[in-house]
Amino acid sequence: MTKQIVEMMVNGETREVMVEPRELLIYVLREQLRLTGPHVGCETSHCGACTVEINGKSVKSCTMFAVQAQGAEITTIEGLGSPDGLHVLQESFKEHHGLQCGYCTPGMITRAHRLLQENPNPTEEEVRFGMAGNICRCTGYQNIVKSILAAAAEINSASEAAQ
Amino acid sequence: MNDLTPDRDERVANLKGLGCSRKRVEDARFTQGKGNYIDDISLPGMLHGDFVRSPYAHARVKSINTDAAMALDGVVAVLTAKDLEPLSLHWMPTLAGDKQMVLADGKVLFQGQEVAFVVARDRYIAADAVELVEVEYEELPVLVDPFEALKSDVVLREDLDGQTEGAHGPRKHHNHIFTWEVGDEAGTNAVIGDADVVAEETMYYHRTHPCPLEPCGCLASMDKVNGKLTLYGTFQAPHVVRTVASLLSGIEEHNIRVVSPDIGGGFGNKVGVYPGYVCSIVASIVTGVPVKWVEDRMENLMTTAFARDYWMKGRISATRDGKITGLHCHVTADHGAFDACADPTKFPAGFMNICTGSYDIPIAYLGVDGVYTNKAPGGVSYRCSFRVTEAVYFIERMIEVLAIELNMDAAELRRINFIGKEQFPYQSALGWEYDSGDYHTAWDKALAAVDYDGLRKEQAERVEAFKRGETRTLMGIGLSFFTEIVGAGPVKNCDILGMGMFDSCEIRIHPTGSAIARLGTISQGQGHATTFAQILASEIGIPADSITIEEGDTDTAPYGLGTYGSRSTPVAGAATAMAGRKIRAKAQMIAAYLLEVHDDDVEFDVDRFVVKGAPERFKTMSEIAYAAYNQAIPGVEPGLEAVSYYDPPNMTYPFGAYVCVMDIDVDTGVTDIRRFYALDDCGTRINPMVIEGQIHGGLTEALAVAMGQEIAYDDMGNVKTGTLMDFFLPTAWEVPNYETDHTVTPSPHHPIGAKGVGESPHVGGVPCFSNAVQDAFRPFGLRHTNMPHDHWRIWKTANGLGLHDT
Ligand code: FES
Ligand code: FES
Repeated sequence: MTKQIVEMMVNGETREVMVEPRELLIYVLREQLRLTGPHVGCETSHCGACTVEINGKSVKSCTMFAVQAQGAEITTIEGLGSPDGLHVLQESFKEHHGLQCGYCTPGMITRAHRLLQENPNPTEEEVRFGMAGNICRCTGYQNIVKSILAAAAEINSASEAAQ
Repeated sequence: MNDLTPDRDERVANLKGLGCSRKRVEDARFTQGKGNYIDDISLPGMLHGDFVRSPYAHARVKSINTDAAMALDGVVAVLTAKDLEPLSLHWMPTLAGDKQMVLADGKVLFQGQEVAFVVARDRYIAADAVELVEVEYEELPVLVDPFEALKSDVVLREDLDGQTEGAHGPRKHHNHIFTWEVGDEAGTNAVIGDADVVAEETMYYHRTHPCPLEPCGCLASMDKVNGKLTLYGTFQAPHVVRTVASLLSGIEEHNIRVVSPDIGGGFGNKVGVYPGYVCSIVASIVTGVPVKWVEDRMENLMTTAFARDYWMKGRISATRDGKITGLHCHVTADHGAFDACADPTKFPAGFMNICTGSYDIPIAYLGVDGVYTNKAPGGVSYRCSFRVTEAVYFIERMIEVLAIELNMDAAELRRINFIGKEQFPYQSALGWEYDSGDYHTAWDKALAAVDYDGLRKEQAERVEAFKRGETRTLMGIGLSFFTEIVGAGPVKNCDILGMGMFDSCEIRIHPTGSAIARLGTISQGQGHATTFAQILASEIGIPADSITIEEGDTDTAPYGLGTYGSRSTPVAGAATAMAGRKIRAKAQMIAAYLLEVHDDDVEFDVDRFVVKGAPERFKTMSEIAYAAYNQAIPGVEPGLEAVSYYDPPNMTYPFGAYVCVMDIDVDTGVTDIRRFYALDDCGTRINPMVIEGQIHGGLTEALAVAMGQEIAYDDMGNVKTGTLMDFFLPTAWEVPNYETDHTVTPSPHHPIGAKGVGESPHVGGVPCFSNAVQDAFRPFGLRHTNMPHDHWRIWKTANGLGLHDT
C-alpha cells in the first residue's frame, strides 16, 4: 500500500511520518514516534487508554487514522510535565493513589487535563461524567476522582494567588 | 544519646516501614507515560504474530491452505498444527493435568480457537494474511450446556475417547472430566434428612472474564548464536513459565530467561500459558528473529481465561431457632473445551471446599463434577483465590435463603452461626484450619456503622409506601460476611505442575547502607515495589526509600510461584521478613564486634543495634553495612546478603463484613447504589493507602460481575459478549464512593501477622451486591434469582413477581 507523508505538531515539535492510509494514529504515535505513553486497551473507542489531545479535544487515537491528523496539534502524556517538574495532575495522581497498574493512567491524566480546561471547577459528579470515557480496571475510580478534584483546587488556588 | 540523635518516633517515621501510607515509588514512571508494558518493548527485526481463529464452536478441520497467505509480501511464516507436530508442540499440558491444542489438530472445540499462526513484518500485514488463510470446516453439533453435555452422544474430546481415568480420578462419561468430593456425604444427608428446617436452592454463577485493561502478550527472542531464549510477557508467574517453556521446548532452563515487564493488570488472566506464547517461541526459533504476539480485546474475551461458570446446588439445614446443622453442595462445573483451570494440582475445584464460610457448621459435603463443553478453556481465579469467590457466593446466598425459610433476619442468622473467637484455630468440616478471626466484633461494628436497624425500618416503610402506590422504587440491604483463604500455600499440599507453592526473597545490602531485594512474585498494580520495601524497612532498619525492589526477571530473581490468589503478602511477604531477619542476625554479630561486647549484649532498635542498658552506645545499620564490607571480622564472612525460601505452614484467612444499600426502580430495573460500607480484616496492615486502593478496585470488579458482566454464548456456541460494547466494565459514572473500615486480627503463623487483601473485596463484594438486589424483592416473595443483575434481568424479576401489574 502506498505511503504518504503526514506532518503534525506533537508535544510542541513538528514531526513527519510516512504512513499507509489505513494506519491508526495510536500505532503511529507508539511505534513510529515511540510515544508509548498512550496505550491500547480495546481498539473500539470504549476504554480510553489511547486518549490524546488533538486540536484542543480529547480523542481516542485508536479510532482515528494517522492521515486524519495532517496538520494537527497533538498532546500526549509525554507532553505534560517533565521528570523535573511533574504536571499538577501527575503529582495529584501520585499523592492520592489515583493509579495502580498504571495502564489507564496516561489516558486518564490526558483526559483529565482537557476536562479541567473545559471546566476548571468541576463538581464530583461532573468529574465522574467527564471521565466516563476512560476505563480503569484497578482503582474503582474513587481515588482518580479525588486526584482530579484536588488538582483542580490546586490549579485554581495557584491562579487566584497569581492574580 | 545526644541532642543530635533523632528521637525514636522520628527514626521510626524515617523508615516508612509497616503501617505507613507511603506514596508509591512506581507512580513517577506511570504518571509520565514511562511504564514499560509488553507492547512497548520493541526489538530489532521483530516480527508480529497473529492467529487465524475458528468461527465455529465445534467443527472438523478438513483442510488448511496457506498458499495465498504465504504469497503476500511481508509474510514470513504460517504455522499450523502440522508444523508443530514434529516438535510435539501441537498440544500442550494445562495446569489442571489435561492437555490443550496449541493449534487446531483435526478439529476445533470452541469459537475463537487458534487454527494457524501467521508471522509477518508488521501487524497490518499479519492481519491481512490471516484473512488469506483458507480453512475448510465441517460443522459438528455444539454443546454449550454442561448438563446436556453429560447426556449427549457427541464426543467432544475425541483424543480422550475411551479413557475412563482422568487426571483427578474416574470419568463417568466421555464429556465428564472429574468428580471431586470432600466431606461426609452420608452423614450430611442424614443430618439434613432429620432437620427441623431445610432450605434448598440452585444457583448459577455465570461465566465471566478478568479482562485487565492490558490484554495478554509476549515477545519471544531466540538468539541462535548463544542458544538463549528470552521471553518477555504478561506473566503472573514468570518462573513457572520458564520451567514450562523448558519442559516443552527442550531448551535447558538456564538458557531461558523469562521477563515480566510492567503488567497492566492481571486479576488471574495472566496466570495461564496460552497458545500465543508457544507459537511465538516456535516462530522465533524457526525464523531466528524476535516474534511478538499481543492479543486484541476480542481475542482476550473470547479465548484466554474465563472465570466461574459454576452451577451450584445447595441444601442447608438448621434448628428452628436458626442454628445451622449441615450443608450439602453439589457443583456442575463447566470447564469448556480443555480443562485449563489454574488451581493447585490437588484441588480440581480450587478451594471451593471453603464453602462452609464463616460459620460453625458441624457437618458438610461438597461434590464437584467437571464437564467439557464447546466453550473457551480457562477457569482462572478472577481476583480470587482458587474458586473462593464461588464458595463465598454460594454460602452467602444459602444463608439468605435459609433466613427466608426461618423467617428470620439474615444479619442475626449470621451472628448466631459465626465461628466464635475462642474457637480459633478452627477446623472446618471440609478440612481447613482457619488461623484467626473475630467475626462477631467485625459484624457488630459494621451493623452499627450503617445503623442497620434504622435501615430495616426505612426499608419496611418503603415497602408500605410502594404498596400504597406512593413510590416505584424499592430498597435493598445487601449483607455479606466472608472468610477468604489465601496465601497458597503449604508445599505439602499445594503445587502447580509439581512446583511447591513457596515463595522467595533475596536481599543484598550495599556498603553505603542501601539495599536491593528481589522476589519470586510480580506486581500487576499491587504496588510491590512500595510495600515490600516497607516490610523490609521495619525488619532491617534501612529506610524504605533506600531499598529497591525487583521482580519478574528469572535471571536475577529467586524462584517463586508468582502473584495471584492474594499470595504475595502471605508468602513472598513472609519470605521478605524472614530474609530480613537473617540480615539482622548477621548485623547483630557485626554490631557486637564493633561495640566490643558479646552478641547477646546488643539489641535491635529501629535502625540500629544498641548495647543493652546503654543506648548511647550503638551502631546504625549503615555503619554495620559498611563494616560488613571493609572489616575483617573473626568468624564472620564479608558481605551482607540473605535469601529465604518460605514454605507457609498454613493458609491465611482474611475476613470482612460488607453492607450495601441499593435503590431499585421497579419499572426500569435501574439500580442506584446509595451506600457501600466495607470492613476488612487482613491482619497486620502494611500500607493502609494501598489496602484502601485494593478494596476500591476489588469492590468495583465485584459490582461489575454482580451487576452485568458476563461471557454469554448462544446455542451455536457464538460468544455474544466479545467487545467492551457488550462486556460490562463499569465507568466512573456507575461506581459509588465506598466507605472503608477495618479491624486487625493478625495471622498467628505469619512472621508479621499479615493476611493479604487484594481479593477480599471481590470475594465479599459479589454476594453483597447480589444480596442487595435480592433483598429488595424479598418482601414480594423472591427467594433467589441469578446474577448478573443487569437492568433487563431486574425488570424481569419485578415483572415475574407481578410488580408491574396494575
Ligand atoms: S484503545 Fe482506544 S479506546 Fe480503547
Ligand atoms: S490503574 Fe490499572 S487500569 Fe487503571
